[in-house]
Amino acid sequence: METATPIPVADAKIPLSPWQLFWQRLKRRRIAMAGGIILIVLYTVALLAGFIAPYHYEHLDTKYSFHPPVWPRLQGLHLVVPRYVESTNVFSYHLVPNDTKPVHFFVHGDKYKLLGFIPASIHLFGSGDSDYPVYLFGADQFGRDVFSRLLYGSQISLSIGVIGILLSFVFGMIIGGISGYFSGVTDTVIMRFCELIMSVPALYLIISLRGTFPPGMSSAQVYAMIVIILSFIGWAGMARVIRGMTLSLREQQFVLAARAAGATPIRIITRHILPNTFSYVIVAATLSVPYYILGEVVLSFLGVGIQEPSASWGNMLTAAQNTEYLRNFPWLLAPGAAIFVTVLAFNFLGDGLRDAADTKSL
Amino acid sequence: MNLLEIKNLKMDFGKNADALRAIDDVSFAIGTGETVCLVGESGCGKSVTALSIARLVPTPPANYVGGEIWLNGRDVLKMSARELQQIRGGVVSYVFQDPGASLNPVFRVGNQIKESLKLHRPEKANDAEVIRLLKLVGIPAPESRIRNYPFEMSGGMQQRVMIAMALASEPKLLVADEPTTALDVTIQAQILDLLSELKQRLGMAILLITHNLGIVGDMADRVAVMYAGQIVELAPAKELLRRPLHPYAKALMNSVPKLHGDADRLSAIPGNVPRIGNFPKGCRFYPRCPSARPECADTMPELVEVEPNRWVRCLYAKELTK
Repeated sequence: METATPIPVADAKIPLSPWQLFWQRLKRRRIAMAGGIILIVLYTVALLAGFIAPYHYEHLDTKYSFHPPVWPRLQGLHLVVPRYVESTNVFSYHLVPNDTKPVHFFVHGDKYKLLGFIPASIHLFGSGDSDYPVYLFGADQFGRDVFSRLLYGSQISLSIGVIGILLSFVFGMIIGGISGYFSGVTDTVIMRFCELIMSVPALYLIISLRGTFPPGMSSAQVYAMIVIILSFIGWAGMARVIRGMTLSLREQQFVLAARAAGATPIRIITRHILPNTFSYVIVAATLSVPYYILGEVVLSFLGVGIQEPSASWGNMLTAAQNTEYLRNFPWLLAPGAAIFVTVLAFNFLGDGLRDAADTKSL
Repeated sequence: MNLLEIKNLKMDFGKNADALRAIDDVSFAIGTGETVCLVGESGCGKSVTALSIARLVPTPPANYVGGEIWLNGRDVLKMSARELQQIRGGVVSYVFQDPGASLNPVFRVGNQIKESLKLHRPEKANDAEVIRLLKLVGIPAPESRIRNYPFEMSGGMQQRVMIAMALASEPKLLVADEPTTALDVTIQAQILDLLSELKQRLGMAILLITHNLGIVGDMADRVAVMYAGQIVELAPAKELLRRPLHPYAKALMNSVPKLHGDADRLSAIPGNVPRIGNFPKGCRFYPRCPSARPECADTMPELVEVEPNRWVRCLYAKELTK
């Protein structure tokens, strides 16, 4: 006797939520997924920077100024690094033939704090010998490892975008929601203030605001300042868009229904109106993260951002201002490449999110 | 003491010279557990009157010029914002016309009902109570339905959810503003049956707004007929359907299609509803009234009790009863 094979059906009892549908549409977009994966990798690496970087960002070795990139190569069964010695003329190195040192994994090295609080000194890789430096992306003018500084710098450059967006979007959404919901005088006052902020050229505002802060602040303080300054400029645009969406959403019957059920204005704004703007907000946020990253880069590049010896992608690029350096030591541009990849990944992901949020697309 | 008593309510839209009187001298009452129907053409002020009970008409543009709205012994027009939030949902709940638009599209229906519970009966804001409410309004398999989004439900189901939400706070008065207009006829009957059954079980009063006179006969204890911002006739439902007194009420009855009889054309009321702000000086129905007389053009009639419990706004009300 033959038994009928059951037809596989989706569980009808638990229908797909809008988020699941959103995720399904997003999965189909390869480039967006690639962007997302790149970002996950970048953020994971940033989180574990101390462990993955072979050196501490302050580790310097003046005898290796502008040391060229050193890439381990396979010799027999071991990964080995070659040795370079400085030639007669300054900042020029040549390879010492047949002089190598194996690369070890999980070696002891500079002390650091994993995730910012776990003291550790184990590094993912290293030669364990200062005569055989492992400079994947070469060294800068003080003989510091560009690769290690790039990883430490990513902690600042990558987090600044996310924290900045979080601050400015939360602020912009609440202000925009209030403005659109109450309308009238409240709306006029808030919107004119937004336009005032938006009409000031951002860069001048940033630099003059930065000028009001005392000199000699610690890196952590400067970091907080940059986030606050960038968010202070960024919230206005968000508030204006959210206000427009609120104006149309508040005329919806479900807002009347919420009012009829006795909900307070603040509850209606935060629980009923703003959640309806989330699909827009998530896309807008992803697409604006690059502006915050670039904002930090610009400030640090101009010397008003993160201060040496702390590393950020912006202040590392300051070293690459000199054309002669660029010609002779192109590896100093590595942070530029990192910025490029990050910004591109965010834009790809943002584009995909936008398409996935658009229910009319396939 | 009636549950709701509206006395001489007057409301304008706009201010000063631009003011348009949308509600003019509306008075009626609803007793505990009573069903009152508000009938009338589109734009005659039914919905605005209903929304006024919880002062839900936004001010501005609206402007309460006079009158009192006594709900559960308190004047709604004198309440603070905080008190209003308590009576909204707490004493009077609303069910609106289009259930699809009344539910927030981004939340599961269970959470939306819970939201209503949180506001008025926070101690009961749990899944069990939500399921009980959904069962009460006749939704099958409520355990899985609470996880549905509004767009996953049919119109009738959505309206049942809206009713469950309105009942969540155990109101004394349920205002249903054309609750079945957006639904098809069979679902319409189900929803109305549900409302009358719930009324019996929970003992709440219902104010039902409709322009379907068939519904009036099934549901209402009393009917208020509105025309151009005024109540023109207020009567027990059976009386009104059997023997309408006001010429407008009569004309309205004649416009209902009948299954029996040999009329080949449906009779309609000639002319149009006068535009708000452009009402005739005297009786507002006078330009369209089949039994109008010259005096009607100048003198505004009052709402008078022509028979016990029957109120009519017509200069010749006494003659109409004969």
